[in-house]
Amino acid sequence: MTAAGELTALDVEAVRADFPILGRAVRGGHPLVYLDSGATSHKPRPVLDAEHDFYTMHNSAVHRGAHLLGEEATDAYEGARVRVADFIGADAGEVVFTKSATEGLNLVAYAMSNAATAGPEAARFRVGPGDEILITEMEHHANLVPWQQLCLRTGATLRWFGVTPEGRLDLSNIDELITDRTRLVAVTHQSNVTGAIPPVTEIARRAHAVGALVVVDGAQSVPHQQVDVAALGADFLAFSSHKMLGPSGVGVLWGRRELLEAMPPYVTGGSMIEVVRMEGSTFLPPPERFEAGVPPSAQAVGLAAACDYLDGLGMASVVAHEEALTAHALEAVCAIPGVRVLGPLSTADRGGAVSFEVAEIHPHDVGQVLDELGIAVRTGHHCAWPLHRALGVQASTRASFYLYNTHDEVDALADGIRQAQKFFGTA
Amino acid sequence: MYQEIILDHYRHPHHKGLRDPFDAEVSHVNPTCGDEVTMRVGLTRDAGGEPAIADVSYESLGCSISQASTSVLADMVIGKTVAEAMDISAEFLRLMQSRGEIEPDEDVLGDAVAFEGVAKYPARIKCALLGWMAWKDATAQALALDGALEGEK
Repeated sequence: MTAAGELTALDVEAVRADFPILGRAVRGGHPLVYLDSGATSHKPRPVLDAEHDFYTMHNSAVHRGAHLLGEEATDAYEGARVRVADFIGADAGEVVFTKSATEGLNLVAYAMSNAATAGPEAARFRVGPGDEILITEMEHHANLVPWQQLCLRTGATLRWFGVTPEGRLDLSNIDELITDRTRLVAVTHQSNVTGAIPPVTEIARRAHAVGALVVVDGAQSVPHQQVDVAALGADFLAFSSHKMLGPSGVGVLWGRRELLEAMPPYVTGGSMIEVVRMEGSTFLPPPERFEAGVPPSAQAVGLAAACDYLDGLGMASVVAHEEALTAHALEAVCAIPGVRVLGPLSTADRGGAVSFEVAEIHPHDVGQVLDELGIAVRTGHHCAWPLHRALGVQASTRASFYLYNTHDEVDALADGIRQAQKFFGTA
Repeated sequence: MYQEIILDHYRHPHHKGLRDPFDAEVSHVNPTCGDEVTMRVGLTRDAGGEPAIADVSYESLGCSISQASTSVLADMVIGKTVAEAMDISAEFLRLMQSRGEIEPDEDVLGDAVAFEGVAKYPARIKCALLGWMAWKDATAQALALDGALEGEK
């Protein structure tokens, strides 16, 4: 309950009716039980309609063309920017539309290596031998590999936080890891495997105290938490539309204005230039500086509709529903003998990704049995291979929940795991 | 998809373990899931002087399909000439890529026909092929070494 207003319990059946794909039957007539929103989320009609309407009514290349459609398309695209900025409590000028969270993170990493050959205003982004880039062992590859590569390109040293056996960030050696050599800290806001939510605001405070930049991977948090960039305290936040009910092909990099203004671009070309001559070119201010080419305009409009949809339900209600599902799932899955959940077992500072091991049954095989029952989960290392090694497992099975999942579906998952155990003779 | 033969090989894999002597060793991984296999191939000459598979030994971590497939592979190729074994391998690959639309040749594939169901589940094809790809790689390397030695004579 919030002081500002009532917490409306989510009407999940009404929500589900908004998602056409949830009406599908799969594998010989089983209703679809979709527990893979951590990989990608489904789209409600208003999002599908918004994208479709753009193409049928307003389609045009934005920021160019002195004609009516060009105006309408530009208004729609820039209107989407304002809407998305509002969703995270940011200024529209600090919102860069990217392809995805992955691209947004690469954008910052490449800006930093490009800073070596950019003007003096980019000096604060230059890193080299003796400098340290600090990440974590919990990261999705999108917030891991680009920083490894940055270190390879510049000679900086990569360091990282470990994880606890519980699947949380190990902050016990934070004093040795955040030092005056630290130039950047990159951390997830919510693990896509363990669900753990690290104390990003506190980590950011410590990083800023030594003058380091803070990059946050919000791919799993922005869709599932109420995120406000002022409260977060980071310098950059990357997230993806397709994980928050929006279309694929567009994402967001939020960055502090003064940082975006000083950063060199990553992808260059049309749309982001000021003057182009054969001898050299100059670039526009942000956010346009980082949006080369004709942008994913229909998709941005779809993402804005997704923000409307989520705010229409109220993120607080979405959060509450997910927390209840996660608590139920943790209880139901942990009750199965031979099953070990990788991650915290309570919902405190913990989101809705429930990854688990089933003794003597490989995740592929667990996933196969579940698939035959119509239950969609993810199997493997979920683009977090070092995290799996750190937790001592080869691979895992992951169920991830979102606003359109039900408690019956949680029961179906637990039932499916037991069936896999019967089939493979380990029950 | 999970025929009894597959589950049997999964529970009791044949020829498992790394053994000496061998001619080449490889390590293969499936990047999407982390399944891995380390495989050794030892060659010999048959009565007609043809290169033949003396031994296939391996260590591996993986799902029932990848483990069972590697076990069946070892059964199928040990004792055959390299040429015969490569034919079996090509036929198995054809089966895997068939989307379930071809009748597998049991004369060539033997127990490997049990994997015909896998072809209908594209996500598991790489599982079934992991051991076979490793075996082809190790055998090619063993042959190259053998050829190099032959050249030196």
